[in-house]
Amino acid sequence: MRLIALCLALLLPALPLHAQPVTDFTLPNGLEVVVIEDHRAPVVVQMLWYRTGSADEPAGKSGIAHFLEHLMFKGTEKIGPGAFSAAVEAQGGNDNAFTSTDYTAYFQRVAADRLSLMMEMEADRMVNLRLAESDVLTERNVILEERTQRTDSDPGALFNEQRQAAQYLNHPYGTPIIGWRHEIAALGPEDALTFYRAHYAPNNAVLVVAGDVVPDEVRALAETHYGPIPANPDLPPRIRRAEPPQLAERRVMFADPRVGQPYVMRTYLAPARKTGTQDRAAALVVLAELLGGSPATSVLGRALQFDKQTATHTFAWYDAVAVDDTLFGLGVVPAEGTTLEEAEAAMDAVLAQFLADGVDRAAFERIMAQLEAAEVYARDNTQSVARRYGAALASGLTVADERAWRGVLQSVTPDAVMEAAKDVFDRRRAVTGHLMREVTP
Amino acid sequence: MNRFLALVAAATIWSLPVQAEIPITEVKSPGGITAWLVESHDIPFVALELRFRGGGSLDTPEKAGAVNLMAGLLEEGAGDLDARGFAEARDALAADFRFSAGTDAVAVSARFLTESRADAVTLLRSALTEPRFDADAVERVRGQVLSSLRSAEKDPGTLASRAFDALAFGAHPYALPLDGTLETVPALTRDDIAAAHRGALARDRVHVAAVGDIGPEELGRLLDDLLSGLPETGAPLPGPATVDLTRGITVQEFLGPQSVIIFGHEGIPRHDPDFIPAYVANEILGGGRFSARLMREVRDRRGLTYGVGSYLYTLASADLAMGQLSTANATAGAAIEVVRAEWDRIAEEGVTAEELEATKTYLTGSYPLRFDGNAPIARILVGLQLLGYPIDYPAARNAMVEAVTLEDVNRAARRLFRPDNLRFVVVGAPEGLPQD
Repeated sequence: MRLIALCLALLLPALPLHAQPVTDFTLPNGLEVVVIEDHRAPVVVQMLWYRTGSADEPAGKSGIAHFLEHLMFKGTEKIGPGAFSAAVEAQGGNDNAFTSTDYTAYFQRVAADRLSLMMEMEADRMVNLRLAESDVLTERNVILEERTQRTDSDPGALFNEQRQAAQYLNHPYGTPIIGWRHEIAALGPEDALTFYRAHYAPNNAVLVVAGDVVPDEVRALAETHYGPIPANPDLPPRIRRAEPPQLAERRVMFADPRVGQPYVMRTYLAPARKTGTQDRAAALVVLAELLGGSPATSVLGRALQFDKQTATHTFAWYDAVAVDDTLFGLGVVPAEGTTLEEAEAAMDAVLAQFLADGVDRAAFERIMAQLEAAEVYARDNTQSVARRYGAALASGLTVADERAWRGVLQSVTPDAVMEAAKDVFDRRRAVTGHLMREVTP
Repeated sequence: MNRFLALVAAATIWSLPVQAEIPITEVKSPGGITAWLVESHDIPFVALELRFRGGGSLDTPEKAGAVNLMAGLLEEGAGDLDARGFAEARDALAADFRFSAGTDAVAVSARFLTESRADAVTLLRSALTEPRFDADAVERVRGQVLSSLRSAEKDPGTLASRAFDALAFGAHPYALPLDGTLETVPALTRDDIAAAHRGALARDRVHVAAVGDIGPEELGRLLDDLLSGLPETGAPLPGPATVDLTRGITVQEFLGPQSVIIFGHEGIPRHDPDFIPAYVANEILGGGRFSARLMREVRDRRGLTYGVGSYLYTLASADLAMGQLSTANATAGAAIEVVRAEWDRIAEEGVTAEELEATKTYLTGSYPLRFDGNAPIARILVGLQLLGYPIDYPAARNAMVEAVTLEDVNRAARRLFRPDNLRFVVVGAPEGLPQD
C-alpha cells in the first residue's frame, strides 16, 4: 500500500464547478490511471490507451499499428481467438478498439461490478498475445476489406489521404492510419509481434476508468491486475521524423467519376496543445468556431451562404490534440453554378476581410457562452469525457492540462484569436485541394 | 478448464444483470399533452425529445422530400427572427435544437440549461409554431438538400438502400426517398412546405420524453407553452405497407472496388407474441456483436468483409428482417452464399441452448447500459412511445427476454427467416453474379 501511496500523483483539491470528479495516480510499473466518477447509472467503461499509433510505425510497415489492434482480439494463452469479445458480451457488455496517429485504445463498457474481469483480460493481453498464422492472414483480408470500404470506395476519403500525404513533407502524419494498400498486403505476424513487444507495456499506457466506481476500488483492482506486469525498460523514445520548414504551398487536384458533390478544402499546419502552454491552441479552437461554427452565425457561413449564395456548406475545424504539429482546416462546398476556383477565391476574400476587420464582439461572446455550457452538457456523456482524458494523456498532455483546458478556453481574448489567425494562415504551410468530378472526353 | 475461463464462467453464472431502474412518470399537461418524464437533478439541463408521427411517410410521390425540406427550415427563421437572428438567439442561450425528418416521424431534439429554460422554450415554440419559410432560406436549404442528393447519387450505400426500399414497399410512401429526388425537390414551392408543416406538426400525433432537471408540473406547463400554437390534427397517416420480396438477387451496376449488399424480407410485427423470441434469434444470427454467426462466418472465418449484420427493421407500418455487408466485387457471390447458408441453417436447425443462454445474458446485461445519460434515455423513451410500447416496457423487457425458451426461439426463427423470400440488392460491379 505504501508504494502505491508514494506513486500517487498530486490530487488537485479544487475541482471546477460542474465537472465529474477526476482522480489520477501512477502504478510503480509506470501505468498511469485516471478515474472519472459518474454514479448516475451502474455502468463503467474501461479504456486502455497505448501511447503508440500509426505515426510510431517503422518506415515501410504502414498500417501495422491498426493491424495489431485487430489482432489483439485473436487471443492469448489463456483466452482463445474471439473469446475476448465473447467474454465481454457474456457479461452484457460491449467492447471495441480504435487506432489513431498517436494512440491505440481498447475499451469495454459493462455493468460496474464486472470491472475486475475486464481488467484481468485487458492486462492479460498486454503481454500474452498469441497469434496463429492463419488467423493473421484472414484478418489481413478483413483489413484490406476495411480499407476498400472506408477509403477506396469513397473518393472523399481518397482525396483526404492524398491531401494529408502532401501536407507532411517528412513527418509520418502524412501516412494513412490504415496504411497504404501495398504495404498492408505485405504485413505478417512477425511485423505485428515486433511492434507489440516494442510498444505494449504498462509504462507506455494510460488506463481510464469512468462511471460508477470509486478511486480506491479502481486502484486496488489496477494494482492486482496490471501491477504485476513489469515495465519495459527499452521503451523507444517517441521521436518522429520532424517537418522541415514548409516553404511552398501545395495543391492537390483530385478527380474521380464517383464524385457527387465537388468541394474545396484547405489545411494549414498548426500547433497542437502542448503541456503547460495551451493558450495558442485554445485561441485556434475559438478561431475555428468563429469562422465555421454554425452557418448562420459564423464568418464563412454568413459571407458565403447568407450574404451571397456562393456555397451550400462551409466549414472550419482544428484538431487540438496531437503529439506533433496538427492541422487547421477550411472548406467550401460551392452552390450549383459556382466553380471550385470561384469558391476558393471567395473563401480567400472572406479570410482577408476577417484578418482586416478582426473579431466580432457579439459573435465572440456567444461562442464563449457555448463553450461554457458545453462543460455542463459534457457531464451527460461520461464516456466522451473519458475519451478526452485518454486522448490527451496519450498525446503528451497531463491530467492537469486537461483539467485546466476549459479555463484556458474561457481566458482566450479576441486579440489572441487574431494573433493566432495571422500566424496560422500562411499559405506556404498549406495544402489546397479540389475534389472534382472527373470529366470524360 | 483453466482458472481463467473458470472465472469467466463463474462471473456469468453468479452475477445477475443490473436492472434498468429508471423511474418514468407519465405527465399529463393541463392542455392534454402526454409525456414520459425522468426527473434527474444532477446536471442543470433538460433533454427534451418530441416525435410527430407521420414524418416522411406523409409525402406524396410528386412532392417527395417536402417534409424533409420543411424540417430543415424550422431553424431558419421564426416569428420576428430571420435565420441569423434565430441562430444568434439560440447560440446566446447555449441551447441546442435539432430538427429532422425520419421515415415515421419528424424529430425534435432539444437541450437547454435550467438557467435559461424559459427563453429557450419560447424560442423553440416559435420554431415549431411560426416558422417563416423565408424565400432566401428556402433556396439556401433547398441547395443543401440538392447537394446531398447529388452526393447520394454516387454513394453505393444510399443507392442500395433506395433500391431495396423501392422493391420492398412498392406503392407505399416508404418506397420514396425521404429527402426526395433531383426531380421533386427543385419543384417544391413555399406552399408545399407550409402544407407539409401543417400536415406533419399537430398535437394529435406528438410523443414527448423529457429527462433532467425539471418536475412534472413545470414540464406540463412547458409543454402547453411549447405546443399550444399547433393545430389539433394533421394529415392522415399512411396505412400498413405490404412487404412482398422474393428469393433472388438484384444487381445495380456501379463503378467501384466493392459491392454493397442489402438483403431482407418481411419480418414479424412487434406486438406479435413471437417478436421477442424472433429478436433473440436475429441477435444470434447477425446482432451487433463479434460473436454473432454472420460476423464469425463472413468476417472471422473467411475474411470476406469488414462488417456484416442483420436486424429487425421495425417501422410504424411495416416490419422487416434485414441485413447488410460490403465485400470486394470478386467475392460478392461467395459472401451471398454464406449469408444464404446461415439464413437456411437458422431457419431449419434453430439455435443451440448455449447460444440462447449466452445471447440472453448479453441482451439482458446490455439493456440497462443503454440508459446512461439524460439525452440517450430521452431518445429511448420517445422511440418506445412512437412504436406503441407501454410505459413499463423498460422495467419489463428483461423479464420477457429471460422467459424465452429454446422452443420459442426456434419456432420464431422458423417463422422469421424465410430463405424463399430472401432478396439481395447488390450495388457495385460484382463478378459472376447471376441476377434473378
